[in-house]
Amino acid sequence: MEYADIIHRCFRCGYCKFTRDYRDFNCPTYRKFWFESYSPGGRMWLLRAWLNGEIPSSQRLAEIFYSCVTCGNCVEHCALEFRENLVNIFVAARKEMVEKGLVPPAVRDYLKGIQTHGNPFKEPRQDRDKWAEGLGIPSYSGQDYLLYAGCVASYDDRGKKIARAVASVLKEAGLSFGILGGDEASDGNEVRVLGEWDLFQMLAEDNIRKFKGLGVKKIIAISPHAYNAFRNDYPPLGGKCEVLHYTQALDQMIENGKLTFSSGKDARVTYHDPCYLGRHNGEFDAPRNILRAIPGVRLTEMDKIKKNALCCGGGGGNFFTDIIGGGEGAPARVRIREAAETGADTLAVACPKCAKMFEDAIKAEALEGTIKVKDIAEIVCEAGKG
Amino acid sequence: MARIIYDALAEIVGKEYVSDRAEELFLYSRDPGTMDPKKPDYVVLPKSVEEVQAILHLANRERIPVVPLGGGLVLSGLSRPLKGGIVLDMKRMNRILDVNEKSRYVVVEAGCSQGMLQAYLNRNYPHLKHSIPDSPPSATIAGNILIHGSGHMSQATGFHSEMLNGLEVVLPTGEVCKIGSCSTTPYWFSRAPLPDLAGLFLGWHGTTGVVTKLAIKLYPNPAKKDVMMFLTENPDYMPDIISKVTGTEMAEDLNVSASQLPDYMEGLQLSLIYVTANTIEEIDFKKRTIRETLRSYINQKEGGFMFVPTIAKGRFIETPLREMTKFADSKKGGGFEYVGAIMPIELFPEAYRKGLEIAAKYETPYSMAVRIIGRAHCMMFAYAYAFNRADDNDRKKAQRALHESNIAALELGGIPWKAEEPAQKLILERMDPETSRLMNRIRAALDPNGIMNPGNWEVK
Amino acid sequence: MYQLKFDENVCASCATHDCLTRCQYIKLDIEQAKEERRKILLGEDSRVLSECATCYACEEYCPYGNHPFYQIVELQEARGIHPAPKPIEKQQVRMLAPEGKMDYRELSAPVIDMCAFGMFEKFSIQGKLFDGVSTISGNDIFCNLMYLHFAKNSVIKERLPKAVDNIRKYYVEKNKLAEVVCFHDECYATFKSWAPAFGVEVPFKPVHFFEFLLREMRERKGEIRQLPMRVAYQRPCSNRLIPETQPLVDELFELVGAERVQRKYDRENALCCGAVIMTHGRDDLAEDIRKRNIDDMKEAGATACVFNCPYCLVALGEAVAQEGMMPLLMSDLCRLALGEQLKGWGE
Repeated sequence: MEYADIIHRCFRCGYCKFTRDYRDFNCPTYRKFWFESYSPGGRMWLLRAWLNGEIPSSQRLAEIFYSCVTCGNCVEHCALEFRENLVNIFVAARKEMVEKGLVPPAVRDYLKGIQTHGNPFKEPRQDRDKWAEGLGIPSYSGQDYLLYAGCVASYDDRGKKIARAVASVLKEAGLSFGILGGDEASDGNEVRVLGEWDLFQMLAEDNIRKFKGLGVKKIIAISPHAYNAFRNDYPPLGGKCEVLHYTQALDQMIENGKLTFSSGKDARVTYHDPCYLGRHNGEFDAPRNILRAIPGVRLTEMDKIKKNALCCGGGGGNFFTDIIGGGEGAPARVRIREAAETGADTLAVACPKCAKMFEDAIKAEALEGTIKVKDIAEIVCEAGKG
Repeated sequence: MARIIYDALAEIVGKEYVSDRAEELFLYSRDPGTMDPKKPDYVVLPKSVEEVQAILHLANRERIPVVPLGGGLVLSGLSRPLKGGIVLDMKRMNRILDVNEKSRYVVVEAGCSQGMLQAYLNRNYPHLKHSIPDSPPSATIAGNILIHGSGHMSQATGFHSEMLNGLEVVLPTGEVCKIGSCSTTPYWFSRAPLPDLAGLFLGWHGTTGVVTKLAIKLYPNPAKKDVMMFLTENPDYMPDIISKVTGTEMAEDLNVSASQLPDYMEGLQLSLIYVTANTIEEIDFKKRTIRETLRSYINQKEGGFMFVPTIAKGRFIETPLREMTKFADSKKGGGFEYVGAIMPIELFPEAYRKGLEIAAKYETPYSMAVRIIGRAHCMMFAYAYAFNRADDNDRKKAQRALHESNIAALELGGIPWKAEEPAQKLILERMDPETSRLMNRIRAALDPNGIMNPGNWEVK
Repeated sequence: MYQLKFDENVCASCATHDCLTRCQYIKLDIEQAKEERRKILLGEDSRVLSECATCYACEEYCPYGNHPFYQIVELQEARGIHPAPKPIEKQQVRMLAPEGKMDYRELSAPVIDMCAFGMFEKFSIQGKLFDGVSTISGNDIFCNLMYLHFAKNSVIKERLPKAVDNIRKYYVEKNKLAEVVCFHDECYATFKSWAPAFGVEVPFKPVHFFEFLLREMRERKGEIRQLPMRVAYQRPCSNRLIPETQPLVDELFELVGAERVQRKYDRENALCCGAVIMTHGRDDLAEDIRKRNIDDMKEAGATACVFNCPYCLVALGEAVAQEGMMPLLMSDLCRLALGEQLKGWGE
């Protein structure tokens, strides 16, 4: 297994479980299950034991690994020098499990959906552009940007609303862009983190071929997960494009004066950093800059933000597989409580997965009258322009 | 039978908080140190005192050993279930219950971590702090107090067990018992003036009950903090240096580090002198006083303060010290353990030379760290050995070096702290027989079925 | 094998003994200076040997270029004098020892030798002034001149020729470099002063960092925004060895429109940053000169303090900032003039 030569170096000191100032456990699975086995250090030791034959292969072991949301909190806070590779190690372990046929059924389902339908919702490929109906977004044909929606924003009802908001704002601001519509395929980020490297490589290479064929130079991704794949995993496979998350594109447009606001609703807003935009790619400012630019929006931060943000629980494939599971300790429920504690009436997100996770959590926590979830693009849509 | 016990435990804590699965049994059978694994039968995560009580009732009924676990960072394997049974991971009981600002104490649940309390105080009571050990932030307050730990204020105020104001403990037979002022009043201000029953639980390695709550002393948290680094090349100077620095009454913490790595430190002793104050004038005065008390060494060119710019001091000043944890990876092997021997200050030179000797014998770089305790009433002298977890021979080699260090510490006149089970035997062999007999009588009275962490402090 | 080029007769016949009478740390009148110089020439014990703050200034004060300071260091070492406590000296000598880890590297000119200050790269070698530069750094190319402060010419003699050779072999020849830019004033001083004084050959052309900055800034003259700053300049000890580079400072200040405040402790009266004197254990002296120096900057109305030496910045920067003056390296000042934002160490 890749990284097999470093897994023994984990001391299991537990820095990985915390925020930087230690105020709280911030590993989503540890704070849900409370067994050491669900902490990053526990996984490191279990992985080594498994590879050495000290513990057997089992569904339970696979679940421990697949419950990891790959949020990168451990990478941020581990005290030792191999920390950069912690998430990579857990992904490599999953790769090993894929190769040995040990993946949990929900993971198998997800991968099968991608393989056969090109999306995990098992929806027809041609329906992929339904989200854009009536918006008048052209197909990509050499415009400045390709707007890449991704599976959740293409098929999930909540995601579709976000995709429409992003596209509308970009259009209103006069940006030259097109979409792939029915030709769009999964970016493969979740496939990769679920350990199915061969399938990821196939998806990535197909996408790269497609992008090259169309002459795509610049991509705006709606999902931070796609943004991450395009930015970090495609270049080694030959796919080099300028990649922006849509919040970065909007931030640039605000800075260049192409997007200006005249009015906005009064709202007390708190912002949740998506892991694949924040921790994994270091973008903490663009979404906040947008919120600050909108009249009436008062940004109230939660305690744990930026590198210390608590994941919504939807990463690492869990949005689809839900191996981390529900209950009071589910990360999205913990996080929505944290958001509500700020007194904010709106939780702003910048990821369709986060949006859906938190809307479900609001219901579970009965916080409907207290706080609502809005994507930043939706907040921008509602504001008066000019 | 096992199933019945499992079900009974699940009934008590909820089935998601009990495990008899291979993954938990593997992890909870070992700690990051060198000791051989010992497998539990069950791992249980209680949330309340009532649950702990119910578990102990069950354990007595079924004669199952119970081993309480905090952060699991003792390194000497004290929370390995030597005779199987239930490991009670206390970390779900992690609430901070009360801070008394005027009488300066905090009441916490037993699973509360050092890191969480520090962060909580920083945010809500920035003028107060607790004495934090250099273990990682996941170490628990309770675990550290109960093993007679020490930390950043131990120079000024003694062992952490001396900072204990009171306890709530579930006795081995299941009764909940309060110790200290909280037994008689609503306050947790001190152990005095009552008969001091806290001694029934301090240093016993979980063999006398399960602590569920405790109160510890808090201290003023001056805004300014600095560290002075004094370098010498002769261990014979150290008792005098320690005496002089502590004699100023101006050092909050005093540590000495002597390590073969990095190689520029070989043969040198680095005294880390921590100073705190409320104003620049005060801190300058304290630093000057400490500096001048060591003037004779400087003038003779035998010792000197390193010039360390503020920017480079952060890693020495942060609490807890990450650098300490990084030692685990010094061999790129993820493991270390140390013998922390409590001994009188005057033994420094001999203890130091013994450390060089043992490390040379085991062909491993020497690494010693000393914390001065209670204004130089004694010191914690640590012999640390990093090992490669991937190489079992290396682990065993470190284990032998540790055992030899334990013997050496005892022969010098010190006592190994939080001693491994084999070192406990070494201590008991040397102990006054009436003392060990008394320990035995106390244990028999408290724990008639011998369920609490059996195999530790076992007196024949 | 490396012998100091020092002519005893020059000193013996000197009428002024500027080297000692102008010393800012040992107060000697001409008669006392003569007597101490006589002892030094005879290789006898002199209070100069133990009281020397190792500020290098006498190298500059000597009108004959006779290397009085290098000679003091030679004698200190010969007589077993340790300006710093011995454990500190030992640690410092070991800390920057060569590691023998040299390898060929592809470099593109201009190449900046960061010496032992590689850690400054991510803060200081930033922005358009440094577009396309390559940097080299590390113990194996460390100039080692700091051991003058520890009475250890022997260490410099042992290590410098290897370091010079490493630069030549692995970087200069391999990449056909016409010159090597010295980030640290002390490297340039090593190559231009110490090396020739001891007969160490430097087979490449060293360029002072300020020379490099001047070139780059002149090229961007149109982009320069004049900085309405009053700056105090902290001249480092190493610059005493290369006083010929002093005009570069004024040229740079002029280019960016900053006013160099007239103050007592500048130019030939510059005071040590204090770090070395503290390392020597002479804390009262160090505190006294730090206070005098900073008070002087303040009294002169400085709003910023510009450092040449990164070590001076580290040693004095915080204290300067506490007094309301912005601590800057010269390159930072240039970058501000180009409208760039500086990154802080805290980030």
